[in-house]
Amino acid sequence: MSELNYQHEVRGYLTGFGLALLLTLVPFALTVWGGFGSVTTFVVLGGCALAQFVVQLRFFLHIDLRRQKREDLQLILFSILLLVIMAGGTIWIVGNLGMRMM
Amino acid sequence: MIPDQLTHWLLGRFGVSSLPILPAIENPTTSELVAAGAALAVILGAIGGIAFITWLGAWRTLWRDWLTSTDHKRIGIMYVVLALVMMARGVLEGAVMRTQQAFGLNGGFLTPEHFSELFSTHGTIMIFFVAMPLIIGLANYIVPLQIGARDMSFPVMNQISLGLTATGAALVMISLLLGKFSTGGWTAYPPYTGYDFNPGPGPDYWIWSVALAGLGTTMSGINFAVTIFKERAPGMTLFRMPLFTWTVLCAAIIMVFALPPLTVATLMLAADRYLDFHFFTNDLGGNMMNYVNLFWLFGHPEVYLLVIPAYGVFSESIATFSGKRLYGYASLVYATMAIAVLSFTVWLHHFFTMGQSANVNIVFGIASMCIAVPTGVKIYDWMATIFRGRIRMTVPMIYALGFFYLFVIGGLTGVMLANPTISYQVHNTLFLVAHFHNVIIPGVVFGLLSGYHYWFPKAFGFRLHEGWGRLTALLWIFGFSFTFFPLYALGFMGMPRRSASYTDPAFEPLMLVAFFGAALIVSALGSIVIQLWVSVRERESLAVPLGDPWNGRTLEWATSSPPPHYNFAVLPQVEDRDDFADAKAKGRAYMEPDAYEDIVMPNNTSLGMIICVSSTLLGLALVFYIWWLAILATGVIAVAFIARTFVLSTTHVIPADVIAAEHRAWLAGVHAAGPITRDAETRSANHGLASLELPTLAGAER
Amino acid sequence: MKHPTLHPGLNLGPHHGEAHEDAETLAFGFWVFLMSDLIIFGLMFATYVTMANPMGLAGGPGPKDAYDLTSVFVQTMILLASSLTFGMASLAMRFERGRGPITFWLSVTLLLGLAFLSLEVRDFAHMIEIGAVPSRSGFLSAFWGLVPLHALHVAAGCLWIMIMMIQMRTFGMVPLVKTRILRLGLFWHFLDLIWIGIFTIVYLGALA
Ligand code: HEM
Ligand SMILES: [Cu+2]
Repeated sequence: MSELNYQHEVRGYLTGFGLALLLTLVPFALTVWGGFGSVTTFVVLGGCALAQFVVQLRFFLHIDLRRQKREDLQLILFSILLLVIMAGGTIWIVGNLGMRMM
Repeated sequence: MIPDQLTHWLLGRFGVSSLPILPAIENPTTSELVAAGAALAVILGAIGGIAFITWLGAWRTLWRDWLTSTDHKRIGIMYVVLALVMMARGVLEGAVMRTQQAFGLNGGFLTPEHFSELFSTHGTIMIFFVAMPLIIGLANYIVPLQIGARDMSFPVMNQISLGLTATGAALVMISLLLGKFSTGGWTAYPPYTGYDFNPGPGPDYWIWSVALAGLGTTMSGINFAVTIFKERAPGMTLFRMPLFTWTVLCAAIIMVFALPPLTVATLMLAADRYLDFHFFTNDLGGNMMNYVNLFWLFGHPEVYLLVIPAYGVFSESIATFSGKRLYGYASLVYATMAIAVLSFTVWLHHFFTMGQSANVNIVFGIASMCIAVPTGVKIYDWMATIFRGRIRMTVPMIYALGFFYLFVIGGLTGVMLANPTISYQVHNTLFLVAHFHNVIIPGVVFGLLSGYHYWFPKAFGFRLHEGWGRLTALLWIFGFSFTFFPLYALGFMGMPRRSASYTDPAFEPLMLVAFFGAALIVSALGSIVIQLWVSVRERESLAVPLGDPWNGRTLEWATSSPPPHYNFAVLPQVEDRDDFADAKAKGRAYMEPDAYEDIVMPNNTSLGMIICVSSTLLGLALVFYIWWLAILATGVIAVAFIARTFVLSTTHVIPADVIAAEHRAWLAGVHAAGPITRDAETRSANHGLASLELPTLAGAER
Repeated sequence: MKHPTLHPGLNLGPHHGEAHEDAETLAFGFWVFLMSDLIIFGLMFATYVTMANPMGLAGGPGPKDAYDLTSVFVQTMILLASSLTFGMASLAMRFERGRGPITFWLSVTLLLGLAFLSLEVRDFAHMIEIGAVPSRSGFLSAFWGLVPLHALHVAAGCLWIMIMMIQMRTFGMVPLVKTRILRLGLFWHFLDLIWIGIFTIVYLGALA
């Protein structure tokens, strides 16, 4: 394991950190100084969060598309599928009930 | 401190009035006497158990070889024992309820509160402390053997899982002696279980027994998933795994992802009750419908978690007792996966009537009906497996036949219920009770009992008595039919579930039929106990130490019965799907390896027991508000856990020559024995070495 | 079924021998646990979303009254920085820089974790002061069920770091210690992932 490799890995973490920083600053700034419609704000918030999710998975947790890591990636994607079903379903169902009780 | 405060500090809200014996003395109604009788039965059972172990002089063995063991086989057996003990209570409670309703026209002998307590404990016990531990126990025993592994990936965590499950069961049992259990049903919906409605210890008992056992189940799920992914023998690709292992993998995935909603729901309910939160309260913005939603996010996958491994058992036993390769292996695997994933998309069918819009109902109704498709695929696969097989009507096959007929009916009534318009008519009636018992008993219970018969000789080295087994199976099948088919009709007639009594005399005749059926089921319980007794007494003539009594097809049969601590002297090299059948056909079986190697096995540890005892105390402390004990118990758990991480040497080595000696002794037995044909399978000539009977096998293949 | 390089990146590398092989099963098991935990958090988020409406607020203090965005921003920065410092510790372990650098980076991470927690506790105290307590409304119950749950995880992570620093000293960098630090890393980064959800949904989403 050479020094070069080490430098390379450090740079990876720093890149991840920089991207994550950016993806944090944008939503905070938008909320504080924004003034866009709430739909736009929500879309940007969601987009940045998703992007940062991917960035951290890629640069900090080292999950990427390479063959050997498919098993982990599949696990994560499957979990996210179930999470979307469960959390999305909850919001849909309970929201629908709430609306009908107004 | 004045004494009053002191006792309050020491004992929380526990008081003499919590003992059930007092009301029985003060006011000896039948209802109170039944409650006191149950408490007495628990005490006598405990004393009897202790006396029996002392009489055997087995305390040391119990501690050293069982309670502190990390061996997946021992842990599996302990799970099954736990489940069978709890099943005795659950079945008896069901019978008491049936008796009450049989004589329930304008009254009966139980108070409504007592009846509510009965269906709450019955449901909770049957789901969490009978069906789940039976499945986890069987899987624990069989899966590592089937995939050619030496143990689970995380043996100590396995022990902790068992400890937490036992904790939950113990709390439910203790609730018979101290205080009262919940009256809120196995689903424990607020506001019925909320503090405002029921501030007593009952719902707290439910919360902590289910939450702690659920934690144990989550860990089991992780353990099974990792074991199956990482510990398979060389050559055992995913698509060479036996079907039971596949079903356990799918069930494990459900455990990992479906138990969290239960944890969330129970802990939120606890926060409402203990800390004055407002997740599900009636006032201040609470939303009790979210509880129903969260509970069934767990509840529906749970029922598939229960039935999928039962499918696996049937796949194994049907193939073995038909002497054929399983028909449609790949389709069975894909159907299982489809069911597992679909099971996460249908939870709303348990509350169609809650008030959401029709569109929401339609989506979930259609999704629910879809599950019938892969299930149908499976039924056809099993029938095709039997077709032209070398069929033997042994006990597992009788259960399988009962399963075919009865489970299909249960599945069809399920499709009916998946239709929201029908659900609006029959929800909360006995139709629903008939439906879910109709899938749970012929599906889960028959499956697990058939697995119990199928694998018992593997675990103990002798077969179960065949005659008593057949009688038990028939009693279950007819008992089930008489008990539950009348309930469909009663449901259509409008009788609500969970009602202690009724005023419509039209219900009575069918109630009496159901009562008769319950009597048959209770005799089935008796007959299975007798069977065990007889089998143990006649174990010499039933012995099958060589390990393969049924001409088995998968790896668990390729080792002695019971298997050695390390399962396999050398790890098998897998070359085919039904590898042991293939090995026998090609003469690869029973070979002595070129060399034996040392085997590293995990050490015993008392961590699981420490956690079990402390978390039982923790549960009791929380139920009775004994805060010092709760803190102490939590502290003990944390310290024990952290201390364990400071233990570095957690394994021991079994030297190669010991292994070689044991393995050679077994092989010598195999070579000395005469193989027996399938006709002699249930006779005492069967020592566990099967003759090949190639013609039938080949004929069926073609 | 041992693939020598299943977890490159957040791994130890083949030259770590036995530890590398164990890490395979252990890391996978830990991932499965994290995904189970993810569902718990996900459902807490969903509950929060369904409660963030006038009915759930029940006339009690709302996001604008209860949340301190500046403090949340600082907490976010601290947690992000701690992810980076933990990464440095992982690299130091992987490239066998010795116990010194590993201990150094772990200590920095620990301090950042503790700083995060103290800021959070300060915010919680403020909320209690203004009556934004869980017994006030369903919405606040959902908040107090979710954010302190994350804080509890961070506290557990801090305890874990301390235990690992002790074990590094007493046992040296034996395989068990290495694989534990590896899993601790997964845990720490996972908590930052959850925090992305918290600052986006709980704080910014409710204030936007
Ligand atoms: C063995 C014979 C059994 C009998 C005689 C029996 C009888 C009963 C009765 C009378 C009820 C109450 C129905 C009502 O509310 O009106 C009930 C409820 C229930 N049973 Fe069984 N049962 C049996 C087996 C099982 C098994 C094997 C399971 C599951 C593994 C099970 C799960 C349940 C559940 C979940 C409930 C609902 C409890 C509730 O209402 O919250 N039962 N059973
Ligand atoms: Cu369902």
